Amino acid sequence: MPENNFGMQYYKMWFRRSFRPPDNKGVALKKNRNSVYYHFMLLPGMIFLIVFSLIPMGGLIMAFQNFQPAKGISGSRFVGWENFARIFMLPDFYQIFTNTIIISVCKIVLGMAAAVLFAVLLNECRFVGAKRVVQTAVYLPHFLSWVILAVMFRNIFSYTGVVNHMMQGLGKEPVMFLASNDWFRPIIILGDVWKEFGYNAIVYVAAMTNIDPSLYEAAEMDGAGRLKKIWHITIPGLMPTIVLMTTLNLGHVLNAGFDQILNLYSPLVYETGDIIDTYVYRVGLMGLQYSFGTAVGFFKSVFSSLLLILSYKLADRFAGYRVF
Amino acid sequence: MLDVYINFWLLFEQTCAFGAQRMKRHGEGYMHKKLKLSDIILLLLLFGCGMICLIPILNTIAVSFSDRTSAALGEVRFWPVKFTTASYRAIVQEKQFARSFFISVERVILGTCINMVLSVLMAYPLSKSESQFKGKKLYMWTVIFTMMFNGGLVPTFMVVKNLKLIDTIWALVLPGAVPVFHVILLMNFFKGIPKSLEEAACVDGANPWRILCGIYLPLSKASLATVALFCVVNHWNAFFDGKIYIDSPEKLPLQTYIQSLIVDLNPQQMASMTTEQLAEHMKMSSLTFNSAKVVVSMIPILLIYPFLQKYFVTGIVMGAVKE
Repeated sequence: MPENNFGMQYYKMWFRRSFRPPDNKGVALKKNRNSVYYHFMLLPGMIFLIVFSLIPMGGLIMAFQNFQPAKGISGSRFVGWENFARIFMLPDFYQIFTNTIIISVCKIVLGMAAAVLFAVLLNECRFVGAKRVVQTAVYLPHFLSWVILAVMFRNIFSYTGVVNHMMQGLGKEPVMFLASNDWFRPIIILGDVWKEFGYNAIVYVAAMTNIDPSLYEAAEMDGAGRLKKIWHITIPGLMPTIVLMTTLNLGHVLNAGFDQILNLYSPLVYETGDIIDTYVYRVGLMGLQYSFGTAVGFFKSVFSSLLLILSYKLADRFAGYRVF
Repeated sequence: MLDVYINFWLLFEQTCAFGAQRMKRHGEGYMHKKLKLSDIILLLLLFGCGMICLIPILNTIAVSFSDRTSAALGEVRFWPVKFTTASYRAIVQEKQFARSFFISVERVILGTCINMVLSVLMAYPLSKSESQFKGKKLYMWTVIFTMMFNGGLVPTFMVVKNLKLIDTIWALVLPGAVPVFHVILLMNFFKGIPKSLEEAACVDGANPWRILCGIYLPLSKASLATVALFCVVNHWNAFFDGKIYIDSPEKLPLQTYIQSLIVDLNPQQMASMTTEQLAEHMKMSSLTFNSAKVVVSMIPILLIYPFLQKYFVTGIVMGAVKE
């Protein structure tokens, strides 16, 4: 009997162990321990985000003050909405706002058209080698900075530059392209389209690989030509991506290209080329009107984050795309 | 270095082979289809696009090798007129150019390292779900908030100034230490790695640190490379932070230096110069000389361009958001 009893004991132990009511103590401990690691991993990054992104947001108080660097934020006088009221009283402001909107909307629309067109051309080409060569050339400008490109643009469009040299060959008067209010905006817009169309086309090229090839075969059977196939299959196939990119771009409407304009403009073309960002830089930092510059920046920041949220919502709604 | 180039060419050939395979799939006739007029027009259009993108760059290279007077008259198109390397020899003699070049290199190395470490360390915990990591949502919202909304130029400048970072290389590296967009890119990639791998490691007693280094990082080499290359390009191309945070001219990074030398000179400054200074400036900023500087500053980008081209498509498709 004692042996049996012994066996029974083991059996009971085994039974108890395996049907023990679940207590997640061990798992929870482990999870907590992992969480500690996670918190520590996030710590350095969060410190940088807090110092260089969140604290400056606290500095937005300056927009409601008459900030003087000597006195600091705590010592400066509060003036309420005065700085914001000044923005709207400024005659320049409407000019700057319309410049920003016109330049960026043109950039978005033309940029997208060029990118889609280029992607379609690329898709139609049957020669892989040629495709690669062209792609290599076309992506390059995206990776060069506007400083470098501005030097090139300034050389090419200068009074004695290549473009004017060619125009003289055609018997036309030379033009100061970058100093003329008629030419400045087109150059800015087309310059940006030129820099980015190849790179932006990547998304569309990727989208085209998802179009069902049997559609093209069926169309071919029905005797559709190349243009018909593009118009009735490729473009509709790209439509979701086009909608998505449009909505995402909506969030960037107030960013009309600070780097580009800062490097290409001059006081002569403030009338057509000055945008919010360049204005903040000139007035706020160079002109040392810290409070006013902050107020303009604040205005822009609020406006564009609202646009950004709207664009993400629209992208989610119309294209089923979630950024996060 | 070299072997990566070779890799690049292998990739290139693979792509070609892939194209050939696709042609085969489309039937024998596809490959030997007659060259139609529309094909020729298409090719011409495509090469036109390619040329348009290269023309300004080729023109600048040609100008940099040209004689100064013919460049100033706008005679140079795509081939140097009266070939000379005088402007490159002048660059070598200019001390500030080399100094700025190395400051930029230093910045790229330092900045990319900091960016990579911080974004990996942030992306990994953020890729966990709320049930695995309590408090993840709070962190995530902070990150999204900083991406959507920012304090703007002036307050950020004040913070950097109050931290006494002005005029040091840290002012260029630290404010952008956490590239939020890249964090989200990496986070999305980490989310795609199968959970069972992590669970298995966890059962074997690995801690999250071990899991990150032993499983996640080796599996995401390609996307890490993408992010690193983007960081390199961003740091090399940044000029604006150098402009506002660096006061002493001998500490300017390269892009800022070129910008201050060529682009930023306004008429008032010109008017306040003495004739000698003006003559010096004219000598320094002649067209050929400027072009040569631009060409030299393009070289690092051109060097990493093959790698970039290999990876950035993945990066874009992965993120599918424009920065």
